[in-house]
Amino acid sequence: MAGTGTAHLRDRDRVLLRVEDLVVEFPASRGQKVHAVSNISLDVLKGETLGLVGESGCGKSTTGKAILQLPPPTSGTVTFEGTDITTLGGRDLRQVRTKLQMIFQDPISSLNPRRKVEQLVAEGLDIWGKGTKDERQKKVDDLLVTVGLDPTVARGRRAHQFSGGQCQRISIARAVATEPALIVCDEPVSALDVSVQAQILNLLEDMKEQYGLTLIFIAHDLAVVKNISDRVAVMYLGRLCEVGDPDVLYQAPAHPYTAALLSAIPVPDPAVRPDERTTLGGEIPSPLSPPSGCRFRTRCPRADEQCKQEVPEMHGIGADHFVACHHPLAPGETLVDLRTS
Amino acid sequence: MTGSTTAPAASNASDGVFAAVEPDEVLLEVENLHTRFSSPRGTVHAVRGVSFDLRRGRTLGVVGESGSGKSVLSRSIMGLMPSNASRTGSVRFAGQDVLDISPKRMRTLWGDQMSMIFQDPMTALNPVVRVGKQITESLHEHLDISRTVANETALELLRSVGIPQPDRRLRQYPHEMSGGMRQRVMIAIALACGPRMLFADEPTTALDVTVQAQILDLLQALQRDRQMSMILVTHDLGVVAGRAHDIAVMYAGQIVEKAPAKELFGRVRHPYTQALLRSIPKLEMAKHTRLEAIDGRPPDLVNLPQGCKFAPRCPYAQDRCRTEEPVLQPDGDNTEHLVACHFPVSGSVAVPQPTSATNRATN
Ligand SMILES: Nc1ncnc2c1ncn2[C@@H]1O[C@H](COP(=O)(O)OP(=O)(O)OP(=O)(O)O)[C@@H](O)[C@H]1O
Ligand SMILES: Nc1ncnc2c1ncn2[C@@H]1O[C@H](COP(=O)(O)OP(=O)(O)OP(=O)(O)O)[C@@H](O)[C@H]1O
Ligand code: SF4
Ligand SMILES: [Mg+2]
Ligand SMILES: [Mg+2]
Repeated sequence: MAGTGTAHLRDRDRVLLRVEDLVVEFPASRGQKVHAVSNISLDVLKGETLGLVGESGCGKSTTGKAILQLPPPTSGTVTFEGTDITTLGGRDLRQVRTKLQMIFQDPISSLNPRRKVEQLVAEGLDIWGKGTKDERQKKVDDLLVTVGLDPTVARGRRAHQFSGGQCQRISIARAVATEPALIVCDEPVSALDVSVQAQILNLLEDMKEQYGLTLIFIAHDLAVVKNISDRVAVMYLGRLCEVGDPDVLYQAPAHPYTAALLSAIPVPDPAVRPDERTTLGGEIPSPLSPPSGCRFRTRCPRADEQCKQEVPEMHGIGADHFVACHHPLAPGETLVDLRTS
Repeated sequence: MTGSTTAPAASNASDGVFAAVEPDEVLLEVENLHTRFSSPRGTVHAVRGVSFDLRRGRTLGVVGESGSGKSVLSRSIMGLMPSNASRTGSVRFAGQDVLDISPKRMRTLWGDQMSMIFQDPMTALNPVVRVGKQITESLHEHLDISRTVANETALELLRSVGIPQPDRRLRQYPHEMSGGMRQRVMIAIALACGPRMLFADEPTTALDVTVQAQILDLLQALQRDRQMSMILVTHDLGVVAGRAHDIAVMYAGQIVEKAPAKELFGRVRHPYTQALLRSIPKLEMAKHTRLEAIDGRPPDLVNLPQGCKFAPRCPYAQDRCRTEEPVLQPDGDNTEHLVACHFPVSGSVAVPQPTSATNRATN
């Protein structure tokens, strides 16, 4: 997007989570600001998986953390089950947070190395004193079985004794333990081998089914995101570019950035010659001084004066397909030559 | 992207030992290479009997999961070995043995004959030395040229790897550059002395896809222009699919399948390669397509199982697989396609039925 707007948001009563005009800025040296997330709006239906994709530094993690108020955003609202949680504090906020969980990219370092697996998984249960000790133990064992670990083997061990894939299973058991309504998965498979990645993606789908979970799934791998998501949002430099059903969005990307991203993916098929595909030139500009107007314009082959002057607004271009671009691609149209530099 | 490159053609034959190798002649011959590390747990057998030839001007893609021995293989050929390592077998470069030569002699070949690009350009570059100095130093070391000429060459090298305003970049420190720019600098340094063989170990893993595509295009263009041989190491089958002439798939320290790229993807023979390809989510799959994961995980290189190392995870494994280790050999009369499997799979002929009685470890 590099744009703003709320055309892609759905009916307030139907959504579990609604994020409006989210802004996150970090102070930088010499009085500058990192514009990490700028006026992003999103929503998620109950039981839906929203995929959030974009390249490094575009603000995916910052968005995910701001939703969980870790830390609260600079401005904007985060409405969860009808309450704007940016206004909550203390006990109310802690109470809400048990319903919002997060799974991180690095499975090993995100688990406390001094605690045993059973303690890690039970943490949320213990904090809220749910059930008796025996009930909690039983629940932990059930969770371990569900994520494919043998409780008798796993229970008493510590995280470093497990592989990356196993640690990610423990993280999932732990996140699911408090029966949260929403889990933000921040690149949960990016550090894993493809074969383990497939195991974890399948597991997440199973858990979603079993526990009726709602997910925000962050990743930079478009194929992974498509596989798990019901709806995908593409980010660039702190803003949203395009939102839609993945089957539509990948088939007919409308935003030049989405098109470029899709064409840059290395495909495991030697018939697709990379040198015949289009490559995007240049690099992502600094979030300290993002370009005016459309933030993608410095790398966009379609950019013109309007793109420089006006921030494009999200607008509908088809059933569940929205784009923030002044000159979106028509269905079937391709970027003829993306080599701008 | 990059015009013709004007880096100094290194005087490859100057020391009289390394014969000239014409395009498409064999430059590198690896035979029965084993690399072991001593460790407190026992001997880690990281590379186990790897053999292959690489011709001049060709790219070999090496793929496999984490820990399969891809990096150790490249480093073993380059002679970049820690003190707890031992190598056996034979490695010949331009007809000359390079496995048993002294480390000192080996070092004179680095940069000049063989060069390596690492995954993380931040740790590979010296953070407190300006980029320009790092390039000119490498030039000084290998080519007997004056400071002015070295400087001009450095400028030309940066230009050749697509770095805008190269004179400004030469005065910068690595941390002042983006990941993509640093990787371009690394490539410039690796190519400074005109090596005949380039090892690229996950050269783009740390980069974004749009930048990754730029860097891979660049490497491919440079390799073609100079008729270099290249070993491109990656865990991403997509990266090598359109860019390597041949692909070697590694599992537990061995090459389990090797073939020209088109042939490999078109007629997968090894169950592991098949499983690897099937487990990758593809763009053209509809959302929520169930992925075919490989159960279990790779074996411990200290305590390797008998027989085929993939057998514990292989859906086609029979008793023979668990006792007798398959060797890498031509697939029937197709001498270009090598496979190490007792029961190779086939896309066209009747596929052997997965046996349900495999001892599947849970990961
Ligand atoms: N605590 C912080 N202080 C200052 N800047 C920050 C902070 N956290 C993030 N940023 C900056 O905000 C921008 C967005 O970062 P974020 O981590 O959200 O990106 P991302 O999309 O998750 O990237 P990646 O794919 O690399 O994880 C980046 O420019 C980053 O450097
Ligand atoms: N110096 C060492 N001492 C002991 N073991 C080592 C040493 N270096 C590597 N190994 C082991 O050798 C095996 C192969 O490692 P290698 O780095 O080649 O894997 P790789 O295929 O490059 O994996 P990745 O995709 O993670 O880079 C691993 O099990 C590793 O732990
Ligand atoms: S055409 Fe304009 S608005 Fe659309 S992506 Fe390019 S620069 Fe942005
Ligand atoms: Mg992130
Ligand atoms: Mg490696």
